[in-house]
Amino acid sequence: MHLGLEMSLRDWPIRKKLTALLLLISSLVLLLTSAAFVTYEVAAFRQMTLKNLSTLGRVIAANSTASLAFANQADAQEILSALRAESHVVAAALYDKDGRLFSRYPATLRDDALPAAPERDGYRFEHGYVIGLEPVAETGNPRLGTLYLQSDMKAVSHTLRLSAAIAAGVMAISLLMAYFLAAVLQRRVADPILALAETAAAVSTRQDYSVRAPKLGEDELGTLTDAFNLMLGRIEDQNRELRRHATELEQRVADRTHELEDRNEALRRNAAELLAANTELDAFAYSVSHDLRAPLRSIDGFSQVLLEDYGTQLDEPGRDSLQRVRAASQRMALLIDDLLKLARFSRAEMRTEVVDLSKIAGEIAAELQRSTPERQVEIAIAQGLEARGDARLLRVVLENLLRNGWKYTAKQPRPRIEFASVAGNGERVFLVRDNGAGFDMQYADKLFGVFQRLHSAAEFEGTGVGLATVRRIITRHGGRIWAEAVVDQGATFYFTL
Amino acid sequence: MNPGKILLVEDNPDDVALTMRALKSHNITNDVVVAQDGAQALDYLFGAKGKAPVGDLPAVVLLDLKLPKVNGLEVLQRIRAAEATRLLPVVILTSSDEERDIIDGYSLGANSYVRKPVDFVEFTEAARQLGLYWLLMNRVAPAPRKL
Repeated sequence: MHLGLEMSLRDWPIRKKLTALLLLISSLVLLLTSAAFVTYEVAAFRQMTLKNLSTLGRVIAANSTASLAFANQADAQEILSALRAESHVVAAALYDKDGRLFSRYPATLRDDALPAAPERDGYRFEHGYVIGLEPVAETGNPRLGTLYLQSDMKAVSHTLRLSAAIAAGVMAISLLMAYFLAAVLQRRVADPILALAETAAAVSTRQDYSVRAPKLGEDELGTLTDAFNLMLGRIEDQNRELRRHATELEQRVADRTHELEDRNEALRRNAAELLAANTELDAFAYSVSHDLRAPLRSIDGFSQVLLEDYGTQLDEPGRDSLQRVRAASQRMALLIDDLLKLARFSRAEMRTEVVDLSKIAGEIAAELQRSTPERQVEIAIAQGLEARGDARLLRVVLENLLRNGWKYTAKQPRPRIEFASVAGNGERVFLVRDNGAGFDMQYADKLFGVFQRLHSAAEFEGTGVGLATVRRIITRHGGRIWAEAVVDQGATFYFTL
Repeated sequence: MNPGKILLVEDNPDDVALTMRALKSHNITNDVVVAQDGAQALDYLFGAKGKAPVGDLPAVVLLDLKLPKVNGLEVLQRIRAAEATRLLPVVILTSSDEERDIIDGYSLGANSYVRKPVDFVEFTEAARQLGLYWLLMNRVAPAPRKL
């Protein structure tokens, strides 16, 4: 309950809080002030009441000396009845010097309403009355008796009521004024805070950092407003910066995307062109395969017809010429075939698998031996050499390299061909080595070009397409090929896959 | 001797002359019928425009692939599609040794595929062997010719 009240107080709007605070303080101050005023009034009045009663007492006592001295009761009665003018005196009595009741006022007053005997002298408040006991005596003579006075407190309570009413009135007016003043003055404090709160709400709901809180003074709230506005400014700046960066980034992404699209487009175009080129190359190769050989067949054929039918009519140089025509046409047919092979192996689809190179090399060696049974060549093939690649294409590689070895060791008395592998730079390097004719290393760069030959056809026959085909296949496998050689001591071809 | 004929489907006159010479030089005396394109070959085998075929079926067809009008593979297809010539021996004799020609030829039911050598001596030898094999050694399936 207490906590709930506190919570609700805490949740009050600041204006209400400020007004309540001001009113509370004002009420407290007014209450204390009024209490002091009333207390003072009452105290002062009581004092005056005592003083008035004692004055009255002294006057009546002085007048009563004679009646007491002479025991004249009627006189005493008369003196006391003068008290009628003092309406607040409710009872009075005279006691003789022995303390016996001598006279009473009013005359009808019962005995028990008066003290039986006078007590100690003096004036005091007792049982809601002011009572006074005044000695009666001639100046300088022995005491004759005692005067008793009893006064009610009506005057006192009247004064109390009056001053309380005045205090209440003042308090009411003051509080009313305090309320209006508070209502006006609390704005001075509340308005800047409310303005700040409103601005903060606007910022948080609209995400609008361009708004600013109005500054309403140079006090601490003014400083707070300044700090708040400064903070908003910073946030706005940073926001702007962030947005700028974001825009830049977007622009950059868009640019990059555009660039990529362009490149993709270019790639697609290239791929399409490549496909078209390949298709054309296919058609070209097909046409070459069919059409280029036919005329050669005619040239060779009819040269042979001439030799057969008219050979006797020709002299030796004539027949030789025809033989040369035939040789040339046959050589051209060989060139066409080799070129077609090169084209074919460049285009052929690759089927990658683990290939036993040693086995293939063995088969090729056996074939070579069968084709030229009269030659004695030592062929050393390292066993268990495997590689990933297209079996058919790798066979072409080994066939070309081993056939080269076979061919170029023809003039060697103890021909030897080797197929092995070595480790180099963390990769497997295969090698085909022979101890044949070799070649001059300064021409090594021409070795793998199409139609490039380092030996004359008279020395060793060949078209100069074989090694070009080999390199094409190795390249398609992602490998490299190179060679080392010494003239007349042999050549070594290295390749990786 | 087998009385069968050879149907030579060949558009190049030089090749025709050389083939005839090669066959003759080896005393392969059978008649050689020459068709200069695929259409002529089909006319010979199936008869031109509704007419009956000119003569009996040949013992063997020597078929070039690159031919005007109807190419060799189409001719082969037609031969294999017709009931009468379904089992007729067809030897593809051509310049090309393109893999796809060889595969297509056999796929369509060629009995043999021979590439014409440029060297005429070899060519003559090839012609001789073809003649001997297909005319003398090979037994042809009985022709179920419907009349």
